[in-house]
Amino acid sequence: MKPAALVIALLLLVAVPFWVGNSFYVNIAAQILIYAVLALGLNVLVGYAGLVTLGHAALFGVAAYAGATLINAGHGPVVVAIGALGATLIATAIFAVLALRGTGLGFVMITVALGQIAWGIAYRWISLTNGDNGISINTRPAPFGLSLASANAFYWATLVVFLITVGAMAIFVASPFGAALCGMRDQPRRMTALGYNVWLTRFLAFLFSGFWSGVAGLLYLYYNQFISPQTVALSASAEALLMVIAGGTATLLGPIVGAGLVIIMKDVASAYIERWNFVLGAIFVLIVVFMPEGLVPGVARVWRRRR
Amino acid sequence: MRRRTFLAGSAVAALPLPAIAQNAPIRIGLLTVKTGPLAQGGIQMEQGANLFFKDRNFILAGRKVELLVGDTGGNPAGAKTKAQELIERDNVDMIFGPLAAFELLAISDYIAARKTPLLSLAAAEDMTQRKPNPYFVRASATSGQNMHVLADYTAKELKYKSVITISEDFAYGYEQMGGFQRVFEGAGGRVVKKLWPPIVTPDYTPYIAQLTGVDAVVQGFAGSNPLKFMKQYKDAGVTLPVLGGGTAGDDALLKSFGDEAVGMITASAYTSDLDSPVNKQFVTGMVRDTGSTPGLYAAGIYINGMVAEAALKTTGGKTDDKEALIAALRAVSLTDSPRGPFHFDHFGNVVGSVYVRQLVKQDGKLAQHTIKTYPDVSQFWTFDEKWFLAQPVYSRDYPPLKS
Amino acid sequence: MNLWLILAVNSVTLGGLLFLLSAGFSLIFGLMRIPNLTHGSMFMLGAYLGVTCIALGLGFWTSALLAGLGVALFGAVIERFVLRRLVGAELAQVLVTLGLSFMVADVCLMQWGGDPIAVDTPPLLRGAAKIFGLAFPMYRLGIIVIACVIAIALWLLLERTRLGAMIRAAVDDPQMARVVGIRVSHLFTIVFALGAGLAGFAGVIGGPILSVYPGLDQDMLPLALVVVILGGTGRLLGSLVGSFVVGFLYNFGQAMFPELAYVVLFLPMLIVLVVRPQGLFGRVPL
Repeated sequence: MKPAALVIALLLLVAVPFWVGNSFYVNIAAQILIYAVLALGLNVLVGYAGLVTLGHAALFGVAAYAGATLINAGHGPVVVAIGALGATLIATAIFAVLALRGTGLGFVMITVALGQIAWGIAYRWISLTNGDNGISINTRPAPFGLSLASANAFYWATLVVFLITVGAMAIFVASPFGAALCGMRDQPRRMTALGYNVWLTRFLAFLFSGFWSGVAGLLYLYYNQFISPQTVALSASAEALLMVIAGGTATLLGPIVGAGLVIIMKDVASAYIERWNFVLGAIFVLIVVFMPEGLVPGVARVWRRRR
Repeated sequence: MRRRTFLAGSAVAALPLPAIAQNAPIRIGLLTVKTGPLAQGGIQMEQGANLFFKDRNFILAGRKVELLVGDTGGNPAGAKTKAQELIERDNVDMIFGPLAAFELLAISDYIAARKTPLLSLAAAEDMTQRKPNPYFVRASATSGQNMHVLADYTAKELKYKSVITISEDFAYGYEQMGGFQRVFEGAGGRVVKKLWPPIVTPDYTPYIAQLTGVDAVVQGFAGSNPLKFMKQYKDAGVTLPVLGGGTAGDDALLKSFGDEAVGMITASAYTSDLDSPVNKQFVTGMVRDTGSTPGLYAAGIYINGMVAEAALKTTGGKTDDKEALIAALRAVSLTDSPRGPFHFDHFGNVVGSVYVRQLVKQDGKLAQHTIKTYPDVSQFWTFDEKWFLAQPVYSRDYPPLKS
Repeated sequence: MNLWLILAVNSVTLGGLLFLLSAGFSLIFGLMRIPNLTHGSMFMLGAYLGVTCIALGLGFWTSALLAGLGVALFGAVIERFVLRRLVGAELAQVLVTLGLSFMVADVCLMQWGGDPIAVDTPPLLRGAAKIFGLAFPMYRLGIIVIACVIAIALWLLLERTRLGAMIRAAVDDPQMARVVGIRVSHLFTIVFALGAGLAGFAGVIGGPILSVYPGLDQDMLPLALVVVILGGTGRLLGSLVGSFVVGFLYNFGQAMFPELAYVVLFLPMLIVLVVRPQGLFGRVPL
């Protein structure tokens, strides 16, 4: 992308509260960014490592539950962030060690099983999670004394985190580590022969992916000020996966576009289209039929051919 | 029906809303579920709302009414987003719904912060007990409210001594069975065992096989589960009488139940056989519009409509003073509604009739037959309010089973 | 004692139903390597179609067959016009099958409404059979018979017909099958339709037990996954044994470890996958 386009995009993003109008739309924009962080994190595994997972909502949920518990125990934002992300990393490590026992569908299924178990725990370990009634938190954090209570302030804070995430992803993709991961996706045997430790690389990628899911989970908690088992359900994992695939895997922009698509359909279009669920499904099918590689690479392909 | 209102500049939207001109329509939001597995109750809620506003010609207290419907998709984040849409973008004056307890809990703080009256059907006890919300009104029932009545009837009229309870493994189930247990054991009965199948249980047989050695079975299922449970229960050849709460024998399930449900006794805040002019009009209207007998979700929203109407009459159609509006809503006392007479307590929870009904077969069709009406039932039953609130909320392990 | 006997018999009957549900899933995955996330939707769609056929006055069994055929046709169309383009593109397959499942769920909601619909037990199999003084529902015992008939029919199809031989060859080595002149793409359509049809048929057969309601699809899909994971894919015997294993796990797990009810299926699945990635009976890792 040209630097000029980047600057314009950045300015547009910063100025969202001034051009979308109502605070409702600012909140939608914040939600898109939150899910974009989740999708970007998931993309590390699905896109770059070639490992499809259907359990990421659990990692997202671990951060949110841990955060909610710490907040209600009276801890400040720094402790909450460290604790929640630490808990996510531990959960991710467990997920990774178990899931990397399998490959292909086996890997997917292990993540499904782990996700379902996490959901079961969220439902049934009531003393920890308050069961299906969930946990509410009263306030959003005020880092450095800045209140995030208003829609605009929260949006900008989310934007900062989102930009850090995008930056981290860009560095990751360009790094030798990212290149090695892609190599293992395409040629695992050759990479092993070249002396790479495939398992360790994938494990670290899993941790990296889980970390950003945790960041998104924490943002989700601060945004909604509520967490309950629905957030951890299989359908939530599937939704995150759909964002990545629909937008285009192994691209930086794809997961962001995918997150935007799903959130806009669910939260904005649903007010105008009664059968929005059907339309969302149809959009997925159409994407696959016309742009099987995803929206972003697909549009880029069409664009190139036109010129 | 839906008119989009874009406000220029978000700074304006963040400020308190300007007073709405008197000739502008009153805007009422409905948070419901129209997609996904919870759509069953959600669709009925919308049907109830549609019938009510049609009956009133979309005019309440002399002002035009706009109904704005938000589909939460049945999850907490969706409920929050749709509540924001209704409040921040569409500037609604009050909200009906949402359906599920976790949706309600997810938006409770937000609703209070935005001072928007919320008339919900969700049964979560603490919303009107230990964690009350000043902007909340509930004209349906708490989870325990019907079950206290059922327990009293079971012990005193049916004279059953021991029961096993079975209900979904979530808060609504716990609260129902906790309520049953407290009153039943207070009247000398004994709950021998409490079974909790997961919400998704394709086959209840492993649980049904444990239902022996007592006088009756109390089930507290909701959604489509009562249907599945009753069928499998009769298939397994168990003959113990079945008792249930509001959702367990909901009148909207009458068209789905088969003979296996005949004889079941349930306690509910709404019964379609209530012989009152307003209820007859409601049932006739629903049968005309939807082709089937309405249940508590449709009735609940219809009743919320009546509460809103009565409150708006008190305020002279004004909605801009939120404190006055919520005070008027909570002061509503109706003598005739689809659920009979009722008023609200100081938590905004209903005090009204609860009906003990038996499911019977009449002229080849299933129907409810009311056996006993308990008038003026409070969420605290006959317990002292202070004492009740000093106890923990009903849960999976509270009250504990007596060994 | 009685409880255990009831649970044991019920395990077998549930296993029978699960076999009907999962045999198709296993076949499809074994041959086409498609993680078919529409499988639960096929089950639900079949159940709803069956409900409509029954309401039209057709008998239960006719309705079950018709619903199975209808869903098979639907499956064939999906395979021919959508999945055909996506061979080997696993991510696109996930996206499209999930997208289709959204669409099917919403169409069912539009067409049949949100209220649950009961399916009457066919007259022949009403009531209970007395065995050792215990009552067992006739219909559930009937399901065992149906599952056996379907299992034998499938076995004959796979082992004794030319078509079956081609399918087996293609499961084992698709490239080689192509080389020897088997039109693998035709096989794909047939197998996908067969798998979908079986799921649709199972939906009607399950109706008298489960009833039909929105969300049935999401309730059944994980069960099919668990069966296939435990049994391994692409082998009839695997899904048969996997079904009964799940039937027993489910019944005894729910009764004996109610505290673990939520994980009673997924915990064993996880353990099997971690310890033996090819499934209990599979030959190759998934």
